[in-house]
Amino acid sequence: MDATVDRSRQKPLHPVHAFLVSATVTLFLGALLSDIAYATSYQVQWTNFASWLIAAGLLFGGILLVFALIGLRHADRREGRYLLYGLILLAIWLLGFINALVHAKDAWAVMPEGLILSAIVLLLACGAAWMALSNLRMGDAP
Amino acid sequence: MKRPALWAVAGLSVLVSACGNDANRAQEGSADVGPQPVLPEQQRGLLPNMTIASPAQWGDQRPTVPRGYVIAAIATDLRIPRQSLVLPNGDILVAEGKGGGAPKLTPKDVIAGYIKAQGNSSVKGGDRLTLLRDGNGDGIYENRSVFAEDLNAPYGLALIGNQLYVANQDALVRFDYTDGQTRAIAAPVKVTDLPSAINHHWTKALTASADGRFLYVGIGSNSNITERGMIAEVGRAMVWQVDAQTGAHKPYATGLRNPTALAIQPGTGQLWAVVNERDELGPNLPPDYLTSVREGGFYGWPYSYWGQNVDPRVRPQDPQKVAAAITPDYGLGSHVAPLGVAFSTPAMGGEFADGVFVGEHGSWNRENPVGYKVVFVPFREGRPAGAPIDFVSGFRGTDGKTRGRPVGVSVDPRGALIVADDLSNTLWRVTPAP
Repeated sequence: MDATVDRSRQKPLHPVHAFLVSATVTLFLGALLSDIAYATSYQVQWTNFASWLIAAGLLFGGILLVFALIGLRHADRREGRYLLYGLILLAIWLLGFINALVHAKDAWAVMPEGLILSAIVLLLACGAAWMALSNLRMGDAP
Repeated sequence: MKRPALWAVAGLSVLVSACGNDANRAQEGSADVGPQPVLPEQQRGLLPNMTIASPAQWGDQRPTVPRGYVIAAIATDLRIPRQSLVLPNGDILVAEGKGGGAPKLTPKDVIAGYIKAQGNSSVKGGDRLTLLRDGNGDGIYENRSVFAEDLNAPYGLALIGNQLYVANQDALVRFDYTDGQTRAIAAPVKVTDLPSAINHHWTKALTASADGRFLYVGIGSNSNITERGMIAEVGRAMVWQVDAQTGAHKPYATGLRNPTALAIQPGTGQLWAVVNERDELGPNLPPDYLTSVREGGFYGWPYSYWGQNVDPRVRPQDPQKVAAAITPDYGLGSHVAPLGVAFSTPAMGGEFADGVFVGEHGSWNRENPVGYKVVFVPFREGRPAGAPIDFVSGFRGTDGKTRGRPVGVSVDPRGALIVADDLSNTLWRVTPAP
């Protein structure tokens, strides 16, 4: 069941993968901080920043998701940590997309749903990054 | 371990159910029209309702007018005609242009801007005034000349004596005009600058007071509902009173989100306006309106609509301003987008003698489109009385295609309604049948 037991399969994480997964965390963190700044200041420019940061997070997260789906072609990855990783990426993308639509509402109509979704998506992105950078070892993806 | 995926599925079903929308079943032109419109609950799904006009050519078709009236195209191939002015000798001036260009601040601005552009003409704005003349009174405007060009998105037009005033998107200017003139003899003189930073709603409506001392300029808001920030709204969403001689100006009435056309009531001298209300609160909310404009009055935007109905999207809120908000006189229907208003004259005949004509550009923020016609709001004793009557319709065909979009309307005292159409770039003229 556990593919990571086979140490001969372990390769270092591809640098592009490490970059994408780290950048996704940074972007969604920026979105959450921007939402907090808007919620506390009523300065609408912060919600514009959040909209763009979410859009960029969706772009990078989307690339990760596509490669994770391609990776699922391998039968030994359709279970365990890799499958969980893929599902987290999928959740990030779907909730992030809903968050993008929420952020497309005008002015205070974004609140509070936008802030809550930004926090959830950031937590999921942190989880995905933790898995990818610690012991996922999916050398050939992307 | 599948909880994230389940969440995602739950989120998707929220998305889907939010898009399905039963409030659209409300019949067109029903509850939200008239002096006391019914205001439903606010609603907004994850996506705003959008139905964008799908343009088509007129071909042999024509807009529909009431029995006993005829319609003719008196000018075609204009370059985005907006407002018209009937001069004392019967000549017609048309302002042509396309202003705006507010920066795109969010992904939504980029995407929605592209989608909405599909419902408009792709012709470049003329930035000019075209003069049309019917030399022999046969209803055919055989002479056409460019009265002035190199203007900046001209919109509102007004004549006081021998001075022709033009509201560009950034300044009020004037030309000398004498009866029969077909071309401006000199460059315009600036009367005053107008607020033009960002210019989200760029059109500057214009009319002159009955005594010719003042001009009234309609200045639209810089956003739908403050999403460009409160600072961008300083000096916006109001009607200015401008001294015609000196250019000195002051806010005459405020809180009018987008006062797109102004008119002075014959007899009383009262200023009236049609106003485009905010979007994304639902298909039947809030009504665009026709109202008499009270000096010093505040009409709600952005804090509230139709009197004291608070808009929760505005922060910080202002309960004092909400309490002071005036309820408009007459709801025209939500999202119909009135862009023209003109008082009728007895020469228009019959049931259309006393009232106003309103040009409705038509909706985007609604599943079932509304507007896309010119309606007549009957008046009695100087006030709106009764339901609006379709006067020019058929701009949006039963095939779902849109062949024209009405903007400015003006009344020729000899008995004709002039309608500018900025989709087919046509000027229409409706007259009682001979």
